[in-house]
Amino acid sequence: MNQITIRIPTPLRGFTKGRDEVVVRGASAGEALTNLGEQCPGILERVLDKDGKLRPFVNVYVGSNDLKSMQGLATRLEGGAVLSIVPAVAGGAEGRT
Amino acid sequence: MLVLPTDVRRELETWIGGGYPEETCGLLVGRSDRGRTEATRAVRARNRNRERARDRYDLDPADFMAADQAARADGLEIVGVWHSHPDHPAEPSETDRAAAWEGWSYLIVEVARGRVAAVRSWRLDGPRFVEEPISTT
Repeated sequence: MNQITIRIPTPLRGFTKGRDEVVVRGASAGEALTNLGEQCPGILERVLDKDGKLRPFVNVYVGSNDLKSMQGLATRLEGGAVLSIVPAVAGGAEGRT
Repeated sequence: MLVLPTDVRRELETWIGGGYPEETCGLLVGRSDRGRTEATRAVRARNRNRERARDRYDLDPADFMAADQAARADGLEIVGVWHSHPDHPAEPSETDRAAAWEGWSYLIVEVARGRVAAVRSWRLDGPRFVEEPISTT
């Protein structure tokens, strides 16, 4: 199976013993993330919801392409692919229009 | 505690004043260890929320990845997020809280009539934000 590098953002490195990258095997993005969850217990719950879909404030990129613009978690991965977990960074003042 | 060097703070104030009355946003890059976060540089990012750019921001993920890659190359990491609140207090809103991640500093800058009025930093602690002191070196 393909070897995939997953880049871990700072807020999730508590689950990876501080590592900023984790190498897993997987033929698809979903499979790679599942294997990440097996290596690093607890991390998957921060990335996927209970239905196994990406959480609202999480983006996952293959190289520079957003999974949402591809086939989502079913996106096939080549060996050596780099997956980046990118926290959505959003907010702002509110109460005014 | 957030250590915010004077030159980083000045750069932020220039960006934020120039962006007024819209919100401006970006990332803080540096080091974080045992409750002490040092922002050695700030990075400006694009706000994808053009419809409500005066009171919302949605940082462009491409800018996040570029900043993250540059930080890694320098042996640094993304340690926080900064954004402005035009004519609004430098306190996190519910919108800020809902989207926040633990472990990062959230620097909020109040800009009133184009001038910086307050700079405060917050960290998520469970479900709520707690203010952290800022040390300007």
